Amino acid sequence: MRLSRSLRAAALAAAIGLSAALPAHADEQFFPLQSYRVGPYAAGGTGFFGGFIDYLNLINIRDGGVGGVKLAWEEGETQYEVERGVEVYDRLKNHPGVAAWNPLSVGIAYAMIDRITKDKVPLITINHGRTDSTDGRVFPYVFPLLLNPYSETSGIVNYIASREGGADKLKSKKIVVLYHGSPYGKETIPIYKLLADKYGFSLEQIEVPHPGNEQQSQWLSIRRAKPDYVVLRGWGVMNPVALKTAQKVGFPVDHIIGNVWSNSEEDVIPAGDAAKGYVAITTQASGAEYPVLQEIIKTVYGQGKGNLDDKKRIGSVYHNLGIVNGILNVEAIRIAQRKFGQRTLTGDEVRWGFEHLQLDPARVQALGAKGLFHSINVTWDNHEGDGRVTFQQWDGTKWKVVSDWIAPDWAFLRPIIEKSAAAYAAEHNTKVRTSDETPVSQ
Amino acid sequence: MTRPARSIAAGWLTPSYLAPAILLIVAYGVVPFAGSDYLLDAMLTPFLALALAALGLNLLTGYAGQVSLGSAAFLAVGAYAAYNFNLRLHELPFLVSLVAAGLVAAAIGMVFGLPSLRLRGFYLAVSTLAAQFFVQWALTKFEWFSNNNPSGVIDAPPLSVAGLTFSGAAGRYLFSLTVVAVVTLLAIRLLRLQVGRNFIALRDHETAAKVLGVPLLRTKLLAFGVSSFIIGIAGVLWAFAYLRTVEPAGFNLDRSFEILFIIIIGGLASIRGAFLGAAFMVVFPLLLSRLGAALLGDVFDSGVLEMSQRIVIGALIIGLLIAEPRGLIALVDRLAERVLRRSPRWFRRSTQF
Repeated sequence: MRLSRSLRAAALAAAIGLSAALPAHADEQFFPLQSYRVGPYAAGGTGFFGGFIDYLNLINIRDGGVGGVKLAWEEGETQYEVERGVEVYDRLKNHPGVAAWNPLSVGIAYAMIDRITKDKVPLITINHGRTDSTDGRVFPYVFPLLLNPYSETSGIVNYIASREGGADKLKSKKIVVLYHGSPYGKETIPIYKLLADKYGFSLEQIEVPHPGNEQQSQWLSIRRAKPDYVVLRGWGVMNPVALKTAQKVGFPVDHIIGNVWSNSEEDVIPAGDAAKGYVAITTQASGAEYPVLQEIIKTVYGQGKGNLDDKKRIGSVYHNLGIVNGILNVEAIRIAQRKFGQRTLTGDEVRWGFEHLQLDPARVQALGAKGLFHSINVTWDNHEGDGRVTFQQWDGTKWKVVSDWIAPDWAFLRPIIEKSAAAYAAEHNTKVRTSDETPVSQ
Repeated sequence: MTRPARSIAAGWLTPSYLAPAILLIVAYGVVPFAGSDYLLDAMLTPFLALALAALGLNLLTGYAGQVSLGSAAFLAVGAYAAYNFNLRLHELPFLVSLVAAGLVAAAIGMVFGLPSLRLRGFYLAVSTLAAQFFVQWALTKFEWFSNNNPSGVIDAPPLSVAGLTFSGAAGRYLFSLTVVAVVTLLAIRLLRLQVGRNFIALRDHETAAKVLGVPLLRTKLLAFGVSSFIIGIAGVLWAFAYLRTVEPAGFNLDRSFEILFIIIIGGLASIRGAFLGAAFMVVFPLLLSRLGAALLGDVFDSGVLEMSQRIVIGALIIGLLIAEPRGLIALVDRLAERVLRRSPRWFRRSTQF
């Protein structure tokens, strides 16, 4: 008994001791990854973090890091749960040289806003996040890069208008939004209402409780409502179930428009035939024909260091989003290095890099990502960076792009975002920045 | 609680408070200075909050014998009530909001405790599920509760009591520790009063209790009220000291089950059981995950490790309950007895409470 107890004590001591002994390297930029490879959202997690890690690996192997600074990372499993995400944050935040956080979860991102603002480390929520964090005057450290939820909504409504032959044709139309019952899903409720008022379409928003593997009653409501379009604001298992249930109740699949988290192969392949003709918005094209992907296949997977277990997923929507996310993070570090020097940067210096993250189509082409995504233009007060969107249709085997790069209606959205950010600033006594200087700590 | 009754004065004089006193001295005097932010923020603060919730449920289920599956709902009521008191009544000191949040949770708990007058066992458990679903639905449906935040997420303001701000990991830990210690002491006192004996009488044999003159209606509602009060306070700690942000989905049925498992694994009808169970369910998986990541992190990705931990923990729970169906606390007591058999009498008494 005594032996086994002392053994147990030793194991515990080892666990605590090992966790305390963090390796400290010179000239290393660290990415703490709150990934999720388990649970209902594992498809998104493995694809996105796989792409992200693949790109970081490419930079390390091909270029020896960014400006000689190696990129390092460590994963912590969150299962998309806020509590676990916060635990991983507490675990990894004291690692030296943290560049940026990329939790890929609105709930976790919300929980981190106060924390990372205090730590002065950027929080990246590519294609999702809290919409009003676009206003960099109030949220200096939060970056909903490429596409915030309001821009996405505006893009989807503009696309529906173009299919109907103009915005004035929306008047007599009815749109149902089927949204995921999570902070992410609810984020767009007010903006759909505003757009419905603006364009005069009638609107119904229906919630699907997390995780969304049972939707019979929601689709019966949709059948009763007889909408012209259903916008699918889903996530994970909710998406294929929605498509299959739509087929069961006889709703035409080409009138279901998927949002940016309902646009992957993992959403349509499990739905089989029911997904053929389904259209979804995206900020980054799928496919592996882009030079940057070819290099990842050759350099990273060639050396057996690829992160995806299933090589067929290379070039899938989530994988490519992870790669785009990698490009944006790496380029922000590169831009910040030009100002601060080629060394391990502090979180605040990387924040400066993100606030000057301007990649025009020529630079995107030089990075081997022409056609993968359009461009980005982040400034100190616009943390989204005016990403363009495109629409893709599933033909049963692959996604086919069916539109040009479309710009959302930023001029209409900006005052709404500023109003919401101002309310946040008032509630939290946040000092509103008036230039790109380092934010004053509170 | 099988110990014979004795006078309160004698209780304070004998060194039966020695062990908890030493524990408190370590918790106050050593841990905040020696522990890392990670230990305090990610392990001990959630441990304290869940232990308090488990203590609340243990009063209801362990002592008074009323099964409840609505614990997470009362956590949510506490968290959202404190948030709204704080938001809408600026002048209200935080401690008042804390107690008021507990009272709101107690009121809701008593409403959902009403079916216990007619239902028992599994039937009661199912009817408390109504609380679980109703509260989550109401918090999602009525945006007023989350101050019209479209995502339904609230940000907890910083903790400050009488001008003292508990920022920092150590501050939040000390705040939680103080609240948990005070509430735990009150719960121990309560159990030694007639009310506590009524709870046990009610659990052991309802009809007999009635014959003995235990007022069933009052006792049952009181059990629900006190239990929900404590769970509501735990919800405030969970939201304000630990997560510092809350969404209704964080208080789902899984959380209710987690709290129920804590008291089953820790030991029913035992104050210490709630703490031991919470340690097993909160701290142990984290230790295991750190150990796994440190030893095998280079070989397997985090997904595989996560899955293996679940298997290990599941197997441990089964093994533990086979070895000792009365929970960890019985196991600890048996071990302690062996060690203490030859120790002086006062020391033996000091470890029993």
